[in-house]
Amino acid sequence: MGLAKRIIPCLDVTNGRVVKGVNFLELRDAGDPVEIAKRYDDQGADELTFLDITASSDNRGLILHIIEEVASQVFIPLTVGGGVREVEDVRRLLNAGADKVSINTTAVLNPKMVQDATARFGSQCIVVAIDAKKVDNQPFEWEVFTHGGRKPTGLDAVKWAEYMVSLGAGELLVTSMDRDGTKIGFNNPLNRAISNAVDVPLIASGGVGNLQHLVDGIKLGGADAVLAASIFHYGEYTVQQAKEYMQKCGIEVRL
Amino acid sequence: MQKVDIAVVDYGMGNLRSVSKAVEHVASGKTVVVTSDAKVIHGAERVIFPGQGAMPDCMRELDSRNLHSAVIHAAENKPFFGICIGMQLLFDHSEEGDTAGLGLIKGNVKRFAHDQMFDDKGEKLKVPHMGWNQVYQLQAHPLWAGIEDATRFYHVHSYYAVPDNSAVTAGATEYPKRFTSAVARDNIFATQFHVEKSAQAGLQLLSNFVNWKP
Repeated sequence: MGLAKRIIPCLDVTNGRVVKGVNFLELRDAGDPVEIAKRYDDQGADELTFLDITASSDNRGLILHIIEEVASQVFIPLTVGGGVREVEDVRRLLNAGADKVSINTTAVLNPKMVQDATARFGSQCIVVAIDAKKVDNQPFEWEVFTHGGRKPTGLDAVKWAEYMVSLGAGELLVTSMDRDGTKIGFNNPLNRAISNAVDVPLIASGGVGNLQHLVDGIKLGGADAVLAASIFHYGEYTVQQAKEYMQKCGIEVRL
Repeated sequence: MQKVDIAVVDYGMGNLRSVSKAVEHVASGKTVVVTSDAKVIHGAERVIFPGQGAMPDCMRELDSRNLHSAVIHAAENKPFFGICIGMQLLFDHSEEGDTAGLGLIKGNVKRFAHDQMFDDKGEKLKVPHMGWNQVYQLQAHPLWAGIEDATRFYHVHSYYAVPDNSAVTAGATEYPKRFTSAVARDNIFATQFHVEKSAQAGLQLLSNFVNWKP
């Protein structure tokens, strides 16, 4: 017995509502973030991730308010990401009740910000999110994209992951853009390549359509945690059912 | 001055809001304050000492706010709960930045050794040790009331404490070797894991602390 693999429901938040898109587009409303957070906590979620997917300045106050409300009712780790541009943004989110802050586009534009944030708040609360896509026009297999998957960076996702960890990132959230919203499963070769290259935990994201995909993400992809949105939001499965299935497949979970 | 039931020591490190929210949740009717005022800590009935980040920074912030003696006084005189770095700081010394601790409990804080981080199937174990792991209760203690042995708590850390005297070990976790994840002595109880983020089990432990009469 030992450390449990984690299941992390992900709540994409815009304008105070939880939404879900396909390949980063076509948003569908999924409900109130505080209610959804409480439901997943009751079902035994190990952590929750909130992504502020519009993340404009006028939205910023809204996500802080939502996190404050969730943090006073739900006592499991909360990660918040989306539009985190400076160290001060990290401080504001932590003060609102976030336990970890996820940094994506800013890490590419200004890697020093990752270093500054980990030096100030500790590696344990800095997650670097990597959106990666399989490419043919580069000497490597997976390229890092930013700005919600719109801009290629020319960076090798595996090398980038190693660099982020060297700057202090305490965890990596790896999203396969090819898989996000498709329900055909995680990109396990991508996750395995990154997981083998770094010492810190890896959260697999993008593409979960059924419970076997969660199992594969851990067994084949080498993930320490699996993140999913739509299979939970629309009531296809509860977190509890997912954990029972994973346990049946020989994966250690918290039940 | 207002009577303070529970003081959460604020030395600028870590997610104090999570700690205070969880304490407020289990301590209805009691006054909970997050404070960096030594006088408030002196006057409080019980003290919670959280901590996150790197131990050298925590120790430096504690000193720069002149809270060193207030924390030692509290740990020697009233119900006192340390969390994460707040547990590590109780020891003599940490390998992290070669930092001296408060020396309230004899022992040292060490880093997980890279070359030993494999599970029984040969899979690499990640550092930080992050997530829900089982805590084995190695001694009976009022703070374990209502919590089953081997219950999972949320851990996130790269360093762990090694007490000189194993009699202070109240709980242990395996990653992959067994290490001390909770210590108890007299009026002190401290955990490496985050009670404030450990769902029902963590709230139960905090609730037990709030009502503890050592």
